[in-house]
Amino acid sequence: MRNSFLKTFATGAIAVAALGCGALAVAAETEVKPPEKHWHFQGPFGTYDRAAAQRGYQIYKEVCSACHSLNLLSYRNLMDLGLSENQVKGLITEIQVPDLGDDGSTIDRPARLSDKFKKPFANELAAAAANGGKAPPDLSLIIKAREDGPNYVHGVLTGYVPFDKLTPEQIKEASVTKDDNYNKYFPGHRIAMPAPLADDKVQYVDGTKATLDQEASDVVEFLAWASEPHLEQRNRTGVRVILFLLAMAGLMYAVKRQVWADKH
Amino acid sequence: MASSHGAPPVFKNKVVAWIDYRLPIFSYIEKEYHTFPTPRNFNYFWNFGAIATVMLVLMIATGIVLATNYTPHATLAFDSVERIMRDVPSGWLVRYLHMTGASFFFIAVYIHIFRGLYYGSYKAPRELLWILGVVILLLMMATAFMGYVLPWGQMSFWGATVITNLFSAIPVVGDAVVTWLWGGFAIDNPTLNRFYALHYLLPFVIVAVVALHVVALHVHGSNNPLGIDPKGPQDTVPFHPYYTMKDGFGVLCFMIVYAAFVFFAPNYLGDVANYIPADPMVTPTHIVPEWYFLPFYAILRAIPDKLGGVICMFGSIAVLFVVPWLDTSRVRSCTFRPIYKWFVFVLVIDAIVLGICGAHPPEGWYVPVSRIGTFYYFFHFLILLPVLGKIERPLPLPPSIADAVLKKKAG
Repeated sequence: MRNSFLKTFATGAIAVAALGCGALAVAAETEVKPPEKHWHFQGPFGTYDRAAAQRGYQIYKEVCSACHSLNLLSYRNLMDLGLSENQVKGLITEIQVPDLGDDGSTIDRPARLSDKFKKPFANELAAAAANGGKAPPDLSLIIKAREDGPNYVHGVLTGYVPFDKLTPEQIKEASVTKDDNYNKYFPGHRIAMPAPLADDKVQYVDGTKATLDQEASDVVEFLAWASEPHLEQRNRTGVRVILFLLAMAGLMYAVKRQVWADKH
Repeated sequence: MASSHGAPPVFKNKVVAWIDYRLPIFSYIEKEYHTFPTPRNFNYFWNFGAIATVMLVLMIATGIVLATNYTPHATLAFDSVERIMRDVPSGWLVRYLHMTGASFFFIAVYIHIFRGLYYGSYKAPRELLWILGVVILLLMMATAFMGYVLPWGQMSFWGATVITNLFSAIPVVGDAVVTWLWGGFAIDNPTLNRFYALHYLLPFVIVAVVALHVVALHVHGSNNPLGIDPKGPQDTVPFHPYYTMKDGFGVLCFMIVYAAFVFFAPNYLGDVANYIPADPMVTPTHIVPEWYFLPFYAILRAIPDKLGGVICMFGSIAVLFVVPWLDTSRVRSCTFRPIYKWFVFVLVIDAIVLGICGAHPPEGWYVPVSRIGTFYYFFHFLILLPVLGKIERPLPLPPSIADAVLKKKAG
């Protein structure tokens, strides 16, 4: 009886699986997929590459932060990237944040560890007005808020094509003019943001050669950490929890066998 | 302490005996969860009731912890969820357990429903048991939908927009009903507040209906893979320790898969757009519900008429209420139904096809496929189920559960 069910069930399951795979293959989107890179934080044992993330912070600070906010982060969070309290204080010495003085007047004071990252614009309207009508997105969750986030952000940052290198078909498809920016991986290809990174855009403090790919990879490492700061703890806990559950399930199976021994 | 079948239990512990004489909770536990005669031939599909119960408790426990840290306000909700993820100690764990838990609660319940359909667990005398189960499914859907709105991300907001707008299809009063549901003329803070209140309330209603579901189950006992009634003690085993241990093993196996998702792919089953704060001015390219609603979403969109789509979508659940009377077969279990058993799998495939259609924009091939899928779904329940029961010749049933079990052992 059991065997006949298993056979029925197996046949059914195979049919279901085959059908599912077929349908998914049809579903593959026509959008241009960014190249797949290997990331240090991938997989169940993934961790953030501290040095890369620190370089990524440098990119954010020197380039991205001119337009993009990072509202969900505080300066104290930078200590998670392997920096000491004094090092982080050193990094933020020149940053002035708006606050209220004792007499209620608006003042600027030096940033503290407990402050949220300083916003590039006073408010959403100011951000939109300065950027052609649409505020640049906050980057705190950008890696988690895009399909295939790390590869997508890396793809966009490295995917700009100068207008004179475009084929007539590309120009027609994206309807871009000389004043627009064309990006291989941005949906629709026409992107408001001009290419933010280029070779030697920054001078890394740790001496790493600042190629475009290096800069994009580093800032993705930093933003991935910003999106999911507890990833390492999650992975570590997960490995332990699964090992524990496997052991418990094995034990439970032995107990179940023992209990049922006289009934089979 | 305990006794065998039938006789009232005698408790050696004086305190237990004193309480039990006045409030027989120990007798109840003894009778319903220890000596309770249970068919001896369950397969692992019978674990999913216990698994679903564990998931319900887990969802309520994690949900209450989340509620202590969440702020139900349109301008604060998104950031308060992120505060849980970043600054509340182990907040990320509780939130991922809850978020992924919703999916795994549905996985458990869908397998549980499949089990019921395949083995005819809805047939007499278990019709009310089945109907209570469908009520639980409906309550779960309402709870899950409102819970998904709470983080106030893009998909929360636009999912809520699509689903609440369905009620505008009601003739004459539709628009008034939608305004009433929203608490205003657009989805805004009042909508979020009421969804939060109901999302906290409904799980306890589910607990109450689960209690009734279990009471109804314990009147005639569980069905079993053979679909024949136990004829005596040789066909059953006491619930404890036989099925407590087997359920324990099943629950742990399920937890391994669940934990793998919670810890290594917590966002795999969700939509990336829900990490973008809700913006009433920007509509996402594709508005899709969570995966467990996709087949129903496909049915909704398969019908060219809005009201018709809404009726079919709710009808796809409503039809489950009458399954006990649509099935005309003499036997319960598909083990003895050589034709119908294949159609149960075709129904599963149909649900998966509908799910895939629901995940994609309604254009190209997805439109005719989702229409055929919708037609087949209702064809299965309204035509196949009653007609096949009449014309199919069931295989001969074994004389008893014990007989079948021992024959299998011998052969």
